Amino acid sequence: MTVKRIGIVCPYSWDVPGGVRSHIADLALTLQGRGYEVSVLAPVEDPDTLPDYVFDGGRPIAVSYNGAVARMSFGVRATRRVRQWIREGDFDVVHIHEPVAPSSSLLTCWAARGPLVATWHSSHERSRVLSAGYYVAQTAMEKIRGRIAVSEAARETLVRHIGGDAVLIPNGVRVSDFRDQESVTREGTQRILFLGRIDEPRKGLEVLLRALPQVFSALECCEVIVAGPGDPDEYKDFLDPIWGERVNFVGAISDEEKRRTLRQMDLYVAPHIGGESFGIVLAEAMAAGTAVVASDLPAFDRVLQSGKAGRLFPVGDSQLLAEAIIELLTDSHQRQAFVKAGNIRVMDFDWDHVVEDVIAVYEAVHVAGEKVEEDLRGQVVGRFAGRSARERKEPT
Amino acid sequence: MTFWIVLTATFVFVTSFFILYLGMTAGRIDRLHRRIDVALVSLDLHLLRRSGVSLELASSGFLDPASSVLISEAAHAARLSTDLSSTQRDRAESELTSALNAVLDVEEIELIESEVGGPEILEECSASARRVELSRLFLNDAVRACVQLRQQRSARWFQLGGHTLLPHTREIHDHVEISERR
Repeated sequence: MTVKRIGIVCPYSWDVPGGVRSHIADLALTLQGRGYEVSVLAPVEDPDTLPDYVFDGGRPIAVSYNGAVARMSFGVRATRRVRQWIREGDFDVVHIHEPVAPSSSLLTCWAARGPLVATWHSSHERSRVLSAGYYVAQTAMEKIRGRIAVSEAARETLVRHIGGDAVLIPNGVRVSDFRDQESVTREGTQRILFLGRIDEPRKGLEVLLRALPQVFSALECCEVIVAGPGDPDEYKDFLDPIWGERVNFVGAISDEEKRRTLRQMDLYVAPHIGGESFGIVLAEAMAAGTAVVASDLPAFDRVLQSGKAGRLFPVGDSQLLAEAIIELLTDSHQRQAFVKAGNIRVMDFDWDHVVEDVIAVYEAVHVAGEKVEEDLRGQVVGRFAGRSARERKEPT
Repeated sequence: MTFWIVLTATFVFVTSFFILYLGMTAGRIDRLHRRIDVALVSLDLHLLRRSGVSLELASSGFLDPASSVLISEAAHAARLSTDLSSTQRDRAESELTSALNAVLDVEEIELIESEVGGPEILEECSASARRVELSRLFLNDAVRACVQLRQQRSARWFQLGGHTLLPHTREIHDHVEISERR
């Protein structure tokens, strides 16, 4: 094993739950389980609550990026933290996530040289970073030796804006984390779950709410739990108040709570109307042993193997969604069949399996004896930052 | 008088910017050359590993004599080709891939998997082949970026690439279908 010490860079605040952040946490834990030494660099609000494998990359600042508010860190202090991490980490490979995000990721591209690997997560319509600071970003991107995309959409973005190709390695799920959760005995009430930001129309909460009157009138003991950040009042108009008390808005939930909640549900509904590149949440529901009903977006169709591992309905069709929910909740035999098929299907997305590909990438870019070093060439700021850091270090 | 000062200042300003730009581009080309060198070393290493594992598979006794000979011949030819030009080497490596794909069909893989030590050697074979694929992909990526940059007008006119020959991509048929057939 020539690769032993791995550094991973997360551009978004470690305190805020999110897709990229949990991807990195899972990857780090799985690699640790295989005997690698892993350190994660991430912006952090409160350094006292960190797990020991996370290195404080500076305080995050909320800025608008790629259509959402993201908490990222930049500036002199953040640059200094990045350089310190690279110097002290002595890494064989550094794995940067979202390398164009103007945060610790882009800073690491600048400050490091050697075996660098990058993963592209999001798909941008047009990358502002790359068109505004094209020359600067291009120079930083050219240092990356191995490129990974988590989805076909992310890969297309990369090919269109930067050129070249990338390996497709999809997101993973830590299946055992979901299986560990206690399954609570159900006391007669059947429960349906919706997960995701409720103020984002493409997550399709509206489609589900329009289907509910039909579901509720057919099934006596059935309630819906809506978990995700956003203002529930916006949805008052979609639902008759007489059904209101059977729809429970619980707000944003943590990863831990998500796992527990999924385990307690009878049905997970994914009524998304577009924009999903992968559908990791479907795999999570399958891992938790919950039957899935999802709209037939290409990504969902692929995850559910065209309806083998879960029920599909036409995108945006509330009528057919209602019929699917009623059918699955009344026919426990069919539901169990989906749970069983999902249990098998989800093993393809298990991190333990996915991580093999990631390790192969590490080994493909690493040459024996090589380390990731600080890159001080051609950078005025870098030289000064490097020098002052060394001067501070020497007396001690 | 003022006119001349302004003109000279502008000239100096523009020229120094241009020189800075050339310097940075030369730096980028240099960095890409280095990346290509490393990628070549890595590809070489993984090709050697792959032919090594193939030889091991051929002498493992899991295969029938005809298949054994076929794979060991191909692997041997691939090992010897390290001294040859890269096109000849790529051809030898592609032939090793074809030999592996021809011998390791679904039935054969099932047979080897049932033997003691069989799954391990298949795993090793497929892992080394995967690493060859990846390092070649990454190498060609760097080569394409480098060629693109060196063909820019400024890079050609000022010979920013130095005397290094223009790098070329490596074309090897390297997809061994073990994991799909398992």
